[in-house]
Amino acid sequence: MENLEKILTEHPFLSGLETRHIKLITGCASNVVFQPGEFLFREGQPADHFYIIRQGKVMIEIFVPQKGPIAIQSRGEGEVTGWSWLVPPYRWHFDARAYELTRAIALDGKCLRQKCEEDHDFGYELMKRFTTIIAQRLDATRFQLMDIYGVHSEK
Amino acid sequence: MASTLKNSKSVIANQREPMVIRPFAIKRVVNETYDTFTLDLIPAGHQDDVRFVPGQFNMVYAFGAGEVPISISGDPADSTRLVHTVRAVGGVTNLIRSMKTGDSLGIRGPFGTGWPVDQAIGGDVVIVAGGIGLAPLRPAVYYLLTNRDKYNKISLLYGTRTPDDLLYRQQLKKLRARFDLDLEITVDAAGGEWHGNVGVVTTLIGKAPFDPSHSVAMVCGPEVMMRFTVMELQKRGVADDRIFVSMERNMKCGVGLCGHCQMGPTFICKDGPVYRYDSIKDIFLKREI
Repeated sequence: MENLEKILTEHPFLSGLETRHIKLITGCASNVVFQPGEFLFREGQPADHFYIIRQGKVMIEIFVPQKGPIAIQSRGEGEVTGWSWLVPPYRWHFDARAYELTRAIALDGKCLRQKCEEDHDFGYELMKRFTTIIAQRLDATRFQLMDIYGVHSEK
Repeated sequence: MASTLKNSKSVIANQREPMVIRPFAIKRVVNETYDTFTLDLIPAGHQDDVRFVPGQFNMVYAFGAGEVPISISGDPADSTRLVHTVRAVGGVTNLIRSMKTGDSLGIRGPFGTGWPVDQAIGGDVVIVAGGIGLAPLRPAVYYLLTNRDKYNKISLLYGTRTPDDLLYRQQLKKLRARFDLDLEITVDAAGGEWHGNVGVVTTLIGKAPFDPSHSVAMVCGPEVMMRFTVMELQKRGVADDRIFVSMERNMKCGVGLCGHCQMGPTFICKDGPVYRYDSIKDIFLKREI
């Protein structure tokens, strides 16, 4: 647990959090390992965790009937994946699959939601960090939607 | 490193007769993607050299059809041939696409300013390419690697639409195997066979190993991509006078006379295509220009 607390304290996502808040998060954290091809989560299932990836690569995919899985974003070392645990009905909207051996810290969403309700300062700090991530992902998604490389250019 | 960075000015002899078209023969055609191909051209019936500064472009003339501005994408140290990577998107480029080895094209140029490869000596270099924007940056990559000992870290970040749209596949494989260059490739979307990065190219900037205060950034791609890239570089701490972008408009004469490529107070064919970002940032976001 002490080791997890140290890793979480040093992670950029949680940078600046008070020690007591880090302890609250550590109480909801566990080390997990995913083999290549193994799913971290699947579309429609309860979103009960988010993950801080320590090593490896994870693809966020959407399954298209008769076409198979389409990778829409990848996540690597140091990145955070999953925010559906924050938003009702707490179900995953996409699949996440390990493409390499992936080591991560899993944070229990139900446990965190409860602690956020009990300590609104903690909830606000966590929410600020997730809002930044959500905004970055929204920007990236808009950028992807523009399909800019399809624009005609005679360069 | 010089405190004030400038882009490389055009220094090429053929500017003496910029309107004279020189014939070149197609020596080799390489299909890069479904709509993009690379031509190796050699002088036909003349001994003119083909020297250029990385980042410059030529006006490529398909006889009887018209001229198009195409960036030079070859090795600046190779004085025997010109290399152009062309995307077939219009009448002229589709005609060029139909040509075979031995066919002739006319060339005027090279024109414009180049990447600040000399001014970047002593620091890190981060190259951000989007789509076919890798083509004008490839000569800079050649130059940096030929003079590798003069630079610290070199990062090449390349984003494109899908794995099928990647240019220079064989060369990218070789670059990936090098220990002295950090290459990251990402695609906007991919099927299950792709195990690389997925997402827009700007997502690579935060993770690239360069020191923002001692780096020069060279950016080329669609203008929207460059806008987002500049924002990410700024967020990372790269100063505006260390960011260089390659602009594109309707280049025609190549020497700033006709005015087709005017962008605010500058002519891209002569004052660009490579600009230091702080020199154009006031007009970079102006929609009317």
